[in-house]
Amino acid sequence: MSGLSSAHSVVEPGIWSKRIAGTLVVIYALITMIPLLWIFATSLKSPPDSISYPPKILFTPTVEGYCNLFTTRSRQTQDYIESLGPPANVCEEIARDRSMVVVGASKYWPRFVNSLVIAFGSTFLAVFLGTLAAYGFSRFKVPLADDLLFFILSTRMMPPIAVAIPIYLMYRELGLSDTALGMILLYTAVNVSLAVWLLKGFIDEIPREYEEAALIDGYTRLQAFVKVVLPQATTGIAATAIFCLIFAWNEYAFAVLLTSGTAQTAPPFIPTIIGEGGMDWPAVGAGTTIFLVPILVFTILLRKHLLRGITFGAVRK
Amino acid sequence: MAEVRLEGLGKSFGTSRAVTGMDLVIADGEFVVLLGPTGAGKTTTLRLIAGLERPDAGSIRIGEEDVTGLSPAERDVAFVFQQYSLYPHLSVFDNLAFPLKSPARRWSAGEIDARVRDIARMVRIDHKLDSKSTKLSGGEMQRVAIGRALVREPSIFLMDEPLSSLDAKLRADLRLELKRIQSEIGATLLYVTHDQIEAMTMADRIGILAEGHLTQIGSPREIYTAPANLHVAARLGHPHINLIKPGLLPCQSMPDGVRTIGARTEHILVEAAASVAQGNGRVDWIEHLGDQNHLHILVDGQKITLLADPYSGFKAGDPVSVSLKQPLFFGADDRRITDV
Repeated sequence: MSGLSSAHSVVEPGIWSKRIAGTLVVIYALITMIPLLWIFATSLKSPPDSISYPPKILFTPTVEGYCNLFTTRSRQTQDYIESLGPPANVCEEIARDRSMVVVGASKYWPRFVNSLVIAFGSTFLAVFLGTLAAYGFSRFKVPLADDLLFFILSTRMMPPIAVAIPIYLMYRELGLSDTALGMILLYTAVNVSLAVWLLKGFIDEIPREYEEAALIDGYTRLQAFVKVVLPQATTGIAATAIFCLIFAWNEYAFAVLLTSGTAQTAPPFIPTIIGEGGMDWPAVGAGTTIFLVPILVFTILLRKHLLRGITFGAVRK
Repeated sequence: MAEVRLEGLGKSFGTSRAVTGMDLVIADGEFVVLLGPTGAGKTTTLRLIAGLERPDAGSIRIGEEDVTGLSPAERDVAFVFQQYSLYPHLSVFDNLAFPLKSPARRWSAGEIDARVRDIARMVRIDHKLDSKSTKLSGGEMQRVAIGRALVREPSIFLMDEPLSSLDAKLRADLRLELKRIQSEIGATLLYVTHDQIEAMTMADRIGILAEGHLTQIGSPREIYTAPANLHVAARLGHPHINLIKPGLLPCQSMPDGVRTIGARTEHILVEAAASVAQGNGRVDWIEHLGDQNHLHILVDGQKITLLADPYSGFKAGDPVSVSLKQPLFFGADDRRITDV
């Protein structure tokens, strides 16, 4: 053997494998990014540009889509518009160019707030209940634990929409239709099974000795859970929270069915944005772009945990 | 520190009995080692005393108080686990301070700081107080684990093979340190191991456990020279004690009813024989360990192993004559026959 040792080991991929893998990842990322970029580009187009064929790659950006998203407008005569003072903001200016005036705020913002309340509320509840249940299943002798776990999982074996009609009737009787509480309960019920199963895996991996050490060190079981188990389960909790949030945030079918007014979330609202003579695509693009932001921020904030979390504890240290 | 008294302690898991009828008194300030193979009930005994398991039978007293029904936190014991069990999300300082920060104890931040630094110096980890506990080497982790037990002066320290996952050199170092610390603070300590060297070097008394029973308890010398039965004799001594049938080797005096003879190096005389006919065995092979040799001798097809001077001059194939000198005698019930 020569005295020169090569830098990489047998199990480490060679430089070319790494480059090929890197290229593939970049290509895949670009492909998945195209719809998002398309939505974002549409949100900055004027209505004629948004439906032109062939699609325009280069165009003059405008905030018209965002203005249309957040405002309601009404058509007025040219004389009336000229009788008004100078436009107060860019949205009014754009509206007047189209012979319209801004008459008020649209419902997008309240719908967006509904989405925030319902998605984060149900995520918090699902993760909270899931953590407690997973800890119980992981640490205590629960009678019929395997059957219970199977039962919990079985709620995910059918598409949730299969029970849409019973839930619709139930909600109508209980007065939960079109309420934020009803939607939070529904999304929590769907997500809690995922949360229990995911978190049980993570908590199983935390050695019991840590809690036992804490018990001997003078802590109660609850204190040991909070001080010792929770900090070590953050990875699992973060990953679970993201999965739950994405489901609750994007959910469309139940939202259409069960909400119409006060508790309506953004997904059923966005497709109803209709301008003059058809869909107002720039406004839809703007609504979708803004709708993506919270998930994006949440995922980036928890990215560190997520990367380790989605390997399901395989590389936990 | 306090006396700990176990009376008739028993614990089963399903159908397997982990500990049965355990009676043991650990005096205040005493270092007791429980020695036994895997599955003998050593760890279960510790966990029963700590309150991590509920006994099926018997009682545990610490000092004057019956603690059998109390929770771990109420018992005032400290436990060092085999796998260190340092809290991975905390620094070394916070690991050491963790027991003192318990809501059950009301220590001020200043008191905690002073105490942690004292203990860190004692276990020689004071230079790593700010490190993350996962960034330490095995030896350092175990020092922190021992420090975490020492930090709050409990009535008894329970240690579950704390040195077994360390390498030989570290194990030897920490063994000495542990003994030093124990005598320094006069701690009552119950230590569990399957390593006879740890038991022999550290213990005031050794208890031999087999299948959940405490077979014998006594000073290391007592256990070694006067084992109660075959099992105890087989636990101690290196190389392993030779168990032979009576009559295989010449022996001056032998009591009645002997079924097995236990012979360690000091019980065996080996002399070079002029020829195969004059001797009763031959050297099978020799293991060189440096400062000493293991001499493997074949007598009538049975192998006998003993320590030998590396300069004794024996080599494989040499005829030898082997005889016994006051060996240990065991009767049909495997108990040692004492009236020789």
